[in-house]
Amino acid sequence: MLLIHCPYCEEERPEMEFRHAGEAHLERPKNIAEISDEAFAAYFFYRDNPKGVVFERWRHLHGCARFFNAARDTVSDKFLTTYKAGQPKPDLVGAANMNIPAKSGKSGK
Amino acid sequence: MSSAGEHRIAGVGRLTPANPVRFTFDGKAYSGLQGDTIASALIASGVHLVGRSFKYHRPRGILSDGPEEPNALVGVRRDAARATPNVRATVQEIYDGLNAVSQNRWPSLSFDVGAVNDIASPLFSAGFYYKTFMWPKVAWEHVYEPFIRNAAGLGQAPTEPDPDHYAAQYAHCDVLVIGGGVAGLSAALAAAESGARVILCDERAAFGGALRFEAEARLDGKPGYDWAQDAAATLAAMDNVRILSRTTAFGYYAQNFVGLAERVTEHLAAPAADAPRERLWQVRAGRVIIAAGAIERHMVFANNDRPGIMLASAARTFLNHHGVAVGRKVGVYTANDSAYAAAIDLKKAGIDIPAIVDVRDNPQGSAIDEARAFGIRVLTGHAVTGTGGKLRVASMIVEPNKGGAAEIIPVDALIMSAGWTPSVHMFSQSRGKVAWDAATERFLPGTYAQDCVSIGACNGTDRLEESVSEAIAAGESAAKATRKRAKKSKVKIAVEGGGDWTGSMLGAGPNGANGKVIKAFVDFQNDVTAKDIRLAVQEGMHSIEHVKRFTTNGMATDQGKLSNLHGLAIAAEALGREIPKVGLTTFRAPYTPTTFGAIVGHARGELFDPARHTPMHESEVAAGAVFEDVGPWKRAWYYPRAGEDMHAAVNRECRTVREVAGMFDATTLGKIEVVGPDAAEFLNLIYTNPFLKLGVGRLRYGIMCREDGFIYDDGVVGRMAEDRFHVTTTTGGAPRVLQHMEDYLQTEFPHMKVWLTSTTEQWAVIAVQGPKAREIIEPFVEGIDLSNEAFPHMSVREGTFCGVPTRLFRMSFTGETGFEINVPADYGRQVWEKVYERGKSMGMCLYGTETMHVLRAEKGYIIVGQDTDGTVTPYDAGLGWAVGKNKTDFVGIRGLKRPDLVADGRRQLVGLKVKDGKTVLEEGAQIVADPNQPVPMKMIGWVSSSYWSENCGRPIALALVEGGFERMGRTLYVPMPDRAIEVEVTGTVFFDEEGGRING
Amino acid sequence: MVEATTLQRTLPLEGRVSSGPRVTIRPAPTAQRVSLRASADAVSAVSKGLGVDLPITPKQSARAGARAVLWLGPDEWLVIEEGERDLLADLGRAKALYSAVDVSHRNTAIVVSGPAAADTLNAGCPQDLSLEAFPVGACSRTVLGKIEIVLYRTAEDVFRVECWRSFSQYAFAFLAEAARAR
Ligand SMILES: [Zn+2]
Repeated sequence: MLLIHCPYCEEERPEMEFRHAGEAHLERPKNIAEISDEAFAAYFFYRDNPKGVVFERWRHLHGCARFFNAARDTVSDKFLTTYKAGQPKPDLVGAANMNIPAKSGKSGK
Repeated sequence: MSSAGEHRIAGVGRLTPANPVRFTFDGKAYSGLQGDTIASALIASGVHLVGRSFKYHRPRGILSDGPEEPNALVGVRRDAARATPNVRATVQEIYDGLNAVSQNRWPSLSFDVGAVNDIASPLFSAGFYYKTFMWPKVAWEHVYEPFIRNAAGLGQAPTEPDPDHYAAQYAHCDVLVIGGGVAGLSAALAAAESGARVILCDERAAFGGALRFEAEARLDGKPGYDWAQDAAATLAAMDNVRILSRTTAFGYYAQNFVGLAERVTEHLAAPAADAPRERLWQVRAGRVIIAAGAIERHMVFANNDRPGIMLASAARTFLNHHGVAVGRKVGVYTANDSAYAAAIDLKKAGIDIPAIVDVRDNPQGSAIDEARAFGIRVLTGHAVTGTGGKLRVASMIVEPNKGGAAEIIPVDALIMSAGWTPSVHMFSQSRGKVAWDAATERFLPGTYAQDCVSIGACNGTDRLEESVSEAIAAGESAAKATRKRAKKSKVKIAVEGGGDWTGSMLGAGPNGANGKVIKAFVDFQNDVTAKDIRLAVQEGMHSIEHVKRFTTNGMATDQGKLSNLHGLAIAAEALGREIPKVGLTTFRAPYTPTTFGAIVGHARGELFDPARHTPMHESEVAAGAVFEDVGPWKRAWYYPRAGEDMHAAVNRECRTVREVAGMFDATTLGKIEVVGPDAAEFLNLIYTNPFLKLGVGRLRYGIMCREDGFIYDDGVVGRMAEDRFHVTTTTGGAPRVLQHMEDYLQTEFPHMKVWLTSTTEQWAVIAVQGPKAREIIEPFVEGIDLSNEAFPHMSVREGTFCGVPTRLFRMSFTGETGFEINVPADYGRQVWEKVYERGKSMGMCLYGTETMHVLRAEKGYIIVGQDTDGTVTPYDAGLGWAVGKNKTDFVGIRGLKRPDLVADGRRQLVGLKVKDGKTVLEEGAQIVADPNQPVPMKMIGWVSSSYWSENCGRPIALALVEGGFERMGRTLYVPMPDRAIEVEVTGTVFFDEEGGRING
Repeated sequence: MVEATTLQRTLPLEGRVSSGPRVTIRPAPTAQRVSLRASADAVSAVSKGLGVDLPITPKQSARAGARAVLWLGPDEWLVIEEGERDLLADLGRAKALYSAVDVSHRNTAIVVSGPAAADTLNAGCPQDLSLEAFPVGACSRTVLGKIEIVLYRTAEDVFRVECWRSFSQYAFAFLAEAARAR
């Protein structure tokens, strides 16, 4: 069970209190009724799902109940940072490089 | 000599002869001493044969004295429900009345029919299963699988449910110390005295680790083992320390989360009724100190598996701790100095040591000199190349490595040591990378992945005093790293003596792996020989992961604690590559087998999953309700009267509601209070319906979509005030609807001044429906004019009901005049009973969810999740009227315009009239246009709801049919195995099509 | 008109008690409760109305007499009034924008007390309940086994467990079972 730092509760709390809520920084278009089919598909259906650092939303469901954002490395399953909803994507160049294991890293079975 | 076994030596060991313990093995009575394991007690009685091997059914004895044991697995049986298979006899402590049985033998341990596998063993070589059970396919079901299932697995599972209870506990500490040998104890003392919160665990009954056999070591002037007991007592007395014996750290997970399994009562003759059998600890530690020790390896040579052949350290523990000699004439085969210490201890106790066979050509050191000084014959540069005996070793065959005549030396036990393997399991599980140390031929902790540190023997630290100083430093620095104000500990431990751990050998000894049928076992539990591993390499397995799976080496429940390195070395040699190039297989949790009971913990029976009851539940039980599960809720399904089956009860309930009235528990519907100046605007965005102009005191049926335009939930929304709405959701949808609304509110519309609060459980909801509904509730209501004019259909009022505050809804899910009485939940049951008492006297009945379903289907009201499946739009469901035409935005507005959602031929919700007037269609049945087309037919829809309607006097059904609105009046077919049922497409309202009753 | 009646609140755990040498589990008496929501600019006005300063630090509570205010989130508090003062009426005096929803009956409470109280809760609650991490007065929405609870430490060895009504049977049974093992 991971520990996740909630930016609202200002401490690390057990993963059981949280719920994953999909990719972060996808803003609902203000003029959503008018956008093209392609733009709608890009907004609602398509996701990157990269290997490595992802920006994603979590909700401290069984805690403060707030949605917030996190940068997590899907290779190491380590959180690089968490931040409040509405804040911009943090610059993680340094952290990301440190936390993405080399490609030769042996993966578990 | 002693009643506790004729091999017990007076004055030797730490157990007290005054504490005898009686137990049975395979039905025969034995006696041991308090503190014995099954293994030590059996050896004390001269019993070495304890089991049969898995594949070849070879007689097997006791190899080790601890959790690494691959051979001595027994069943321990308290009663039919408490029969535990595969208990390691080297771990299980004896208690009065313990009943142990051997495994994998029939009809008896000494004569086993399955041993024919041993003779037929050329058939069972490595890869046998892969090669044999391949063809033909049909044989799998009838021949191979039954055979494998029959042969697979050791021991017998209990035949009754487990009556014991298991506990669970989360724990937090600054420093978790895994292993309570000298290193672990020293580290725990240093960390604890520095002020850290410490948890120390050890898998054994007592702390001390290697000090159990290392009799020469002295710490702080005391015999090592005594020091360990004192240290454990000191720690146990400290407030900041939790000390756990019989507790195995079995899994090391992310962020220093470590699973421990504590065996609380397995060693007790009469456990207290309330004591849990095991307790699962889930520990979160600031830093983990791994002090897991090292495990001695066996020598690999022909017939190295006969009972009486065991690890030297085990023999030494049996002697120095249990006071038990493993034989009267004990041979020694070693590549390592530590076996000399065992030989010397045995010799001192009066046991004959005919020879120490040392595979090394010219070993040097005090141990060798001392053995010679004791007059023991030391054969260096020699190997044991075979053994004699049947159910117990009787001799060892010794040959010079350089060639020469073999000598047969009679023995009744043979102890061995190929060196020590550091226990890097926990380190490896933490995702640390091990590194090969060529000088000492072992894998040691290399690159760390988590905040942990290895100390002592598991870190390759061989000398006792080095282990102690390393441990103290680790404990102090762990405290410093995890606590703001760590003190400097004053722990100092004086060390004298301690064993010699040098020397090692990996793989097979001379003549160990040659010859056609030589059985030189590498993995005892899975019966893997050195030859099997060579064969795997010959057949093209070049990765150790492949060799492992092909031979099953290291895949038994002992996870290859003894065999992995031997297997690796043999494979490396056969491949002509260096060991680190071949690679080590990954260590996985659990370190030792962990029971389901421990893992499940409290989550059994009523604690498996919460069962939610409404405040009226007890009254419904008293009224004879049959309940159904709706998610976690227990809902009254129907209320049968004497002699009624479900059908009759539902028919009566359906009739009574429409003729008189019925009362229904609607409490489980989700409720959300939406409060704030922007509440109406927020709901206007969340629902497809317009909400801005809904008047205070009015209700509206609302539909909620996701952005994709598909129906997500529905419910009635009431406006209690300009800035306050009472939203209802489906029973199952309550949590996700709140999550959906919070998501939009917090992340898309954060500027809105609105707050959401779940009130599902604040209100008990009693629906009274039917022509007499008003008359029934009228006397209980104060402050509300119930007349049709003042309080029309789809409105809400506040007042009191039975003297308690109410939100009274005038609404209907039946098509009848109806009210839903919301009262604070703690009053629910009393209000329910008062209304029932009056209603009953007027002919009202109670009705359950089944009748509710029928009545709403008669009116064509959908149930989200039954008549929708996540691909149904409001238009598909015939609810286009609920989509606000003039709205410029709502969740789903864009999705509803997607090309596929406006295309022709979408499935649309229609009614079905069964032409024969009596057949009730099956829900989920497929619908076709032409029943005579060839199979597979083109399916154009399916039945979503179907009931017998007593009020219509015929079956009714709802269905989702391609282009359904265009097919009104057309005949379609529902193919069933015996015939195709003819149906006519109709509208969805089957009863009171004009809808007048609702306004009565 | 049916005769005037005075109904008494029936608590879902009425009469239940589980008592052992190191921990006792019993339902708390009836209480008024409000789920209070307000943004930062309303905190002082609402505090005045309530007669208790709303705590604005995570995991903290404030108390005045029989009234406790528990921080649950950055704009969310659970107010518990165990006395007679009318909670909603007091809040009604606050001149500010806020949301107050009566949840007196939604929640019910269990009091876990005794030297093994924290260990008993830790059978199903994954948070660190040491006095360092969760001192007297600390409160948090969290998890107990398979349900959500609000946990509030009222003394060194006394915790109040608030849960939704229909989960209270589970909560009580879980705690009683966990207490057996102490
Ligand atoms: Zn939080």
